[in-house]
Amino acid sequence: MKLTLKIWRQAGPDAKGAMVDYPIDGISEDMSFLEMLDVLNDKLIREGQDPVAFDHDCREGICGMCSLYINGRPHGPERHITTCQLHMRKFKDGDTIYVEPWRSAAFPVIKDLAVDRGAFDRIQAAGGFVSVNTMGNLVDANALPVPKAHSDKAFDAAACIGCGACVAACPNGSAMLFVSAKVSQYALLPQGRPEAKERALNMVEQMDAEGFGNCTNIGACSIECPKDISLENIARLNREYLVAEMTKES
Amino acid sequence: MARQGLFGSSLIKKYWMALTGLFLISFLVVHAAVNAMIYFNDGGVTFNKWAHFMGTNLIIRTMEIVLFLGLILHVVDGIILTRQNRAARPTRYAYSQPNANSKWYSRSMAILGILILLFLIVHLWHFWVPSRHIVGSLEPYGVDAAGQDNLFALMQLVFSNPVPVVIYVLGCFALFWHLLHGFKSAFQSLGLNHRRYNGLIAGVGTAFSIIVPVLFASMPVSMYLGLVK
Amino acid sequence: MSIPDSKVPEGPIEKKWTLHKEHLRLVNPANKRRIDVIVVGTGLAGASAAASLAEMGYNVKSFCFQDSARRAHSIAAQGGINAAKNYPNDGDSVYRLFYDTLKGGDYRAREANTWRLAEVSANIIDQCVAQGVPFARDYGGLLDNRSFGGAQVSRTFYARGQTGQQLLLGAYSALMRQVGKGKVKMYDRHEMLDLVVVGGKARGIIARNLVTGKIERHGAHAVLLCTGGYGNVFFLSTNAMGSNVTAAWKAHKRGAFMANPCYTQIHPTCIPVSGTHQSKLTLMSESLRNDGRIWVPKKIEDAKAIQEGRKKGRDIAEEDRDYYLERRYPAFGNLVPRDVASRAAKERCDAGFGVNRTGEAVFLDFASAIERYGKVEANVHHIENPSKEKIRELGMKVVSAKYGNLFDMYENITGDNPYEHPMMIYPAVHYTMGGLWVDYNLMSSIPNMYVLGEANFSDHGANRLGASALMQGLADGYFVIPYTIADQLADDIRTGPIPTNTPEFDEAEKNVRGRIDQLMNIKGTEPVDHFHRRLGKVMWDKCGMARNDKGLREAIEEIRKIREDFWKNVRVPGKADAFNQELEKAGRVADFLELGELMCMDALHRSESCGGHFREESQTEEGEALRKDDQFAYVAAWEWKGDPGKEEMHKEILKFEALKLSQRSYK
Repeated sequence: MKLTLKIWRQAGPDAKGAMVDYPIDGISEDMSFLEMLDVLNDKLIREGQDPVAFDHDCREGICGMCSLYINGRPHGPERHITTCQLHMRKFKDGDTIYVEPWRSAAFPVIKDLAVDRGAFDRIQAAGGFVSVNTMGNLVDANALPVPKAHSDKAFDAAACIGCGACVAACPNGSAMLFVSAKVSQYALLPQGRPEAKERALNMVEQMDAEGFGNCTNIGACSIECPKDISLENIARLNREYLVAEMTKES
Repeated sequence: MARQGLFGSSLIKKYWMALTGLFLISFLVVHAAVNAMIYFNDGGVTFNKWAHFMGTNLIIRTMEIVLFLGLILHVVDGIILTRQNRAARPTRYAYSQPNANSKWYSRSMAILGILILLFLIVHLWHFWVPSRHIVGSLEPYGVDAAGQDNLFALMQLVFSNPVPVVIYVLGCFALFWHLLHGFKSAFQSLGLNHRRYNGLIAGVGTAFSIIVPVLFASMPVSMYLGLVK
Repeated sequence: MSIPDSKVPEGPIEKKWTLHKEHLRLVNPANKRRIDVIVVGTGLAGASAAASLAEMGYNVKSFCFQDSARRAHSIAAQGGINAAKNYPNDGDSVYRLFYDTLKGGDYRAREANTWRLAEVSANIIDQCVAQGVPFARDYGGLLDNRSFGGAQVSRTFYARGQTGQQLLLGAYSALMRQVGKGKVKMYDRHEMLDLVVVGGKARGIIARNLVTGKIERHGAHAVLLCTGGYGNVFFLSTNAMGSNVTAAWKAHKRGAFMANPCYTQIHPTCIPVSGTHQSKLTLMSESLRNDGRIWVPKKIEDAKAIQEGRKKGRDIAEEDRDYYLERRYPAFGNLVPRDVASRAAKERCDAGFGVNRTGEAVFLDFASAIERYGKVEANVHHIENPSKEKIRELGMKVVSAKYGNLFDMYENITGDNPYEHPMMIYPAVHYTMGGLWVDYNLMSSIPNMYVLGEANFSDHGANRLGASALMQGLADGYFVIPYTIADQLADDIRTGPIPTNTPEFDEAEKNVRGRIDQLMNIKGTEPVDHFHRRLGKVMWDKCGMARNDKGLREAIEEIRKIREDFWKNVRVPGKADAFNQELEKAGRVADFLELGELMCMDALHRSESCGGHFREESQTEEGEALRKDDQFAYVAAWEWKGDPGKEEMHKEILKFEALKLSQRSYK
């Protein structure tokens, strides 16, 4: 397979970036997209050029580290997979492929295609937890039954891998799908209820402070989410937050 | 930087957008109902009667102020949202395929809103300004068969010219797209999303988005074609 | 230096941990605030330890090389986590979990550690549920269990196929809570490049900020390595691309013993290698073996035809198929433990019966499961005399509901539809049971340095049972280290902050900078991956599932040559003081090139078959693995002596008080 890659190159956080063309040959359809980039980097290194920086780790679609905007879509053309799960058989010989980093004010570029998603960690630290210490003397796990339906929905929300494709896809650069998935997981479980209000308020406050855009219910986030997180979660966050805002004590 | 106050967080802005949007939708129902009186085809007598009522009833006049406030809030909120959303993506994508994951009108609420606002200014200038005696009055258009102020005649005059007719029809198109996203979206913003009712909300929303603008657009067209006299 | 005391407490095995906890020294809450702890790694062990210690009051600095703590490779564990809860009332107990784990590990684990693991297993589930981990539940709202990896009881808790993810996100949420409170300072995109030992105690680390390239000094009263396994020494493994041995190896070079490094777990159900470009291997959940039947052709000419693409799996008639696991192990069949299944696949493929282009794959076939489920469904729906197509259709629905996501994943990677054609699988490196030596308190041979989770030589012996890795990571982090670390840190309540402007830190930083400069200045011709691939091939061929004396001796020579070549010809582009992924890789591969040799030395001296390792010279007449308890019932702990070839071995003799050693049989 012979391809033309158009890749965003940016030397550092403050450097000016540009799209650069790279012709590449000898790509097998069994390769994953990232293996194709490995081949490119191998070539660049041998030619004495700087290889393309991109984030990746598990290469099996669960760690959430890979993050490429491929041919105009986060994680490429296929639904419900991450970039590392995208294989070259989805492309044709002679294709031109655009590869860009996530674009968001809250995700500054570190180098080339690697961005800083620390904003997600800070949102999590603002309230994405149940305030329970490691306990020496525990309550039995089955002491508190959880309706299966709630537990299943909580799992659906908890499946989020924090990759940031929702932000990358959203024309507004909103992080609502990510935040709502976390808020929903805990809102649906009895363990998370005691802090539900503070959680919704604090996580949204942090989300806004990070410079993400506002959600206007466009829905691109959910379509592009590799884990198929539903817009229902955003509605749930809207509800949780509304109640919290209207009944908060201070 | 935490965002405080009336427009507080991103979610509070969202609630305002939804609430004012739904309020404006309720106004559209009333407005369309009153205007539809022209289809009695009685030389505007029924229509003028209701128009007079709308222009003089104290409750309605009070609501008119609330309506303007709601509209202003909707517009200002929209401007703030749009500005922040643009700032959230300082570098654009070199190549993007947004149609693969969303509808163009969902992404274009701001531009559709501006078009509707421009149309609204023309529309208010045509009818609301004279009927409320702000600049001029309805006097030049005489009275109808029942001796009432003749707003109907003014409509006939305006819509005898094809230019306003086209502007009004285009305005209704903008309204259609705006509603097609806005109606459903308001429910989602307020957290009203349930698998059981989502279909219903979407169905009613689509029907509303079609019926109301079609009804509005039919008026200048039928007047221009002389179907309503 | 001789091997330190393992500090296994006296007393009957079921009382050891309780008695030990009661006699450990404590640090009072006010004094905990004066003590700093460094935790390297944010997987299950690291995140749970960092969060727990911060909750108790210690000042914690947490490091990970990923861009977020949430991405540590624990996240990729699919199957589940064992716990002796006995919810299903099927006779499980701490003793049985202990017994299964110790026996499954071929009696090469430290008995007291394994018991403790089983003992605290139940607490883990309680803790995780309290944190909001969405485990699978039944319709009554209670937790669901399944049987896993051939266990005879249902003791595995799971969250669909993403148990590791959910447990890690639970631990990560606890960690982030402490980050929000300022009790943990998070250093992501940082890599530990050396351990600083002051006065014989671990007192800090040298880390590289991977974004800026800055070399940083961090002092602390104790250092916890929770850095996972070193399976990537094989280049191809199910590990994440970044998983590495560097932190552990640096500690080893500073005096920490490396124990049983040759104990590698080979997982039987991975997607086979498709070509030379391959960067990693993908695991298919072991649960597939519950319904899939494993086979290769009986006739060599059929195998040849398949390898050459002239025939497909389904062209082979039923009577010409060799369901070799069912044939060899009628009692357990396709559910034999991982090591047995892996070895059997290799045996068939080595004999020429492999079923893909490379000859290194076997079939995992769901046709009979589809038929079996289809018939049941037909009965359930009262369909009289269903056609073959109808049965197939109904059966496919059931199989899809159970394994749909795995089948999709398989098709996505291979481009082959597993409903139509039998799946192809082959064993791959998955987990390393070996690791840094620790005593019962999880302290290494360097005082004040602790090793948790997969990074230590662990409680699994020579083979790990399914759903036990998650258990160990969390047991160490939540329920062991919070107790045992205080015993050591009680000495440090008056020490005060550890200064980093001392000669020891100077020396360590100089060492790190020197190595980086050396790598940058080779300016050779070959990228890092080139050497890593070569190393991986040697390791897989000669120190993989089956080993022999000759091969291992060759491997040691070959690895030395590759290492020499690496230090002459590697090309690391870019700059050292910037984001430089090739430099990161180069440092890691340089360490793998040393570790690989030690693994081969360890494998060479252990001339018995045990766990995942089939030593060709040590087999029964039927070709089964032969363990030699009289010679090898010990932990081989290696001490660095300045060069990989000069490592010195120490033995910790394993004493078994609660269990009698017996040969495993799955016939």
